[in-house]
Amino acid sequence: MNVVAGPFQQGEGAAGAPVLQVRNVETFYGAVMAIRGVSLEVHRGRIVTILGANGAGKTTLLKTISGVMDPEKGQILLNGEEIQGIEPDEIVRRGVAHVPEGREVFPFLSVEENLRMGAFTRSDDGVGADLEMVYAYFPILRERFRQQAGYLSGGQQQMLAIGRGLMTRPKILLLDEPSLGLSPILVQEIFDIIRRLNSEQDVTMMLVEQNAKVALNTAHHGYVMEVGRIVMSGTTAQLLDSEDIKEFYLGVTGETQRGQKRWKRRKTWR
Amino acid sequence: MEVAQLLLGGISVGCVYGLVALGFVLIYKATESVNFAQGDLMMLGAFITLQFVNTAYWGLPFWLGVLLAVLVMAVVGYLMEALVIRRLFGQPQFAVVILTIAIGFVLRFAAGFIWGHEPLTLETPFAGRNVALGRLVIGVDEIFVIGATVVLTGTLYLFFARTRLGVAMQAASQNQLAAYYMGVPVKRIHGLIWALSGGIATIAGVLFASRGSIDPNLGLLGIKAFAAAVIGGFGSLPGALAGGLIVGIVEPFAGRYIAAGYSQIMPYAIMLVVLVLRPNGLFAQVQSKKV
Repeated sequence: MNVVAGPFQQGEGAAGAPVLQVRNVETFYGAVMAIRGVSLEVHRGRIVTILGANGAGKTTLLKTISGVMDPEKGQILLNGEEIQGIEPDEIVRRGVAHVPEGREVFPFLSVEENLRMGAFTRSDDGVGADLEMVYAYFPILRERFRQQAGYLSGGQQQMLAIGRGLMTRPKILLLDEPSLGLSPILVQEIFDIIRRLNSEQDVTMMLVEQNAKVALNTAHHGYVMEVGRIVMSGTTAQLLDSEDIKEFYLGVTGETQRGQKRWKRRKTWR
Repeated sequence: MEVAQLLLGGISVGCVYGLVALGFVLIYKATESVNFAQGDLMMLGAFITLQFVNTAYWGLPFWLGVLLAVLVMAVVGYLMEALVIRRLFGQPQFAVVILTIAIGFVLRFAAGFIWGHEPLTLETPFAGRNVALGRLVIGVDEIFVIGATVVLTGTLYLFFARTRLGVAMQAASQNQLAAYYMGVPVKRIHGLIWALSGGIATIAGVLFASRGSIDPNLGLLGIKAFAAAVIGGFGSLPGALAGGLIVGIVEPFAGRYIAAGYSQIMPYAIMLVVLVLRPNGLFAQVQSKKV
């Protein structure tokens, strides 16, 4: 598998100031603290991935960044400006696009109307050109531009959701589980496009994935979340080398004895 | 000839039912709650028009009066959502239903207090005038009702299909969460949808009033329109209009060919049959979620 991480990896922060900074954010679901003091950074032109099991708080973190949920504590900075607590439509206007888990297309609108909804907050005249750009990356969407989005296949709906996110012309694109429910071939296809969007269009992305292998082969930098906390971070090369990641996220198992030990050690992270 | 006459009368009443049903469906689709005050909004719209237009009141020109009433009622609709309904966000739907029923009562008694409980007649430019078409005699008011409904639905169709705001309204009603993610101000959209259905209710009220008298209990007609919306498939705009037409057309025929009382029973009988045979209504958009 080719690792696209190469050219961007020269020194942390070389690609410029961080687009997104999350500082000690705590978010609650009712009485349950789902995010327990998370801090992270995403630099311009990079793909940062968040790995973690079900219920680790990855989706909640994305929802907190895009303003659908409000953090109880902490700050979220977009290009240095605080955006926590602002209404979600204003956050989209400022340049955060959220491609939600499970696609969430508008089922009875046509493909093109769905894409144009992505440009709802924009009033510039670049919308037509961006539509062409999205069609260039996802040719299948151009073929089906009149069809109702609800009739697209899962993979096509995922492409539509990503295209719709790009139509907001984001400073950062938040991708929540783009591989969910897709066949391995489709996952490859979609991640190839994600890599191309990053290298050719310079789209900064934050990628939440359960499929650690494909995520680590796509991103430049990774964070590992467990029960609302970040327990590990590093360049994807470092993470791919880490024994813990290999065992618990990539499924490369050594002898079971050692696995047991590691499991115990991993428990102490919490 | 008699059939044609009954049909025409049925269609023109059906248009009014259809427009009120449209108001029900618009709000239901967007906010997933049912506004049982829809009929009373129609009543209020008719009375406000009467206040503007009738010579006993302010005596403005008819069309200006209608326009002003539509605007006033759009504001009333918006404020109802923004000041009352929005506060119930996150509460069970049941709460919204009871609240709107209560609002309906308040509007009914307020109207009775202001304009009295006696039936009043809206002064329209075409009351009592007829056009003879061969042996068929058509009231100008009937032509007005049907024509206005066609124009209004055509305008609404273009609004929802072609304008940015219209498509955003559709989007917000199809997937509220995704609309949030796309930067659609969903709460404001809800307010605008209430404004829109306030305006549509007013037009329905004016159309109804142009065919006869109005009194504060006119809003009870909303129940029949509700049945029409259910027949059409609650959640489908064309279905609401079709349901209204079905109810409107069946009523006079049932009254003529079965027995007088049946015209009041048939709408609900049809509703029951439709609910048993096709629970989603005749024109429902059923979405099966793909994974």
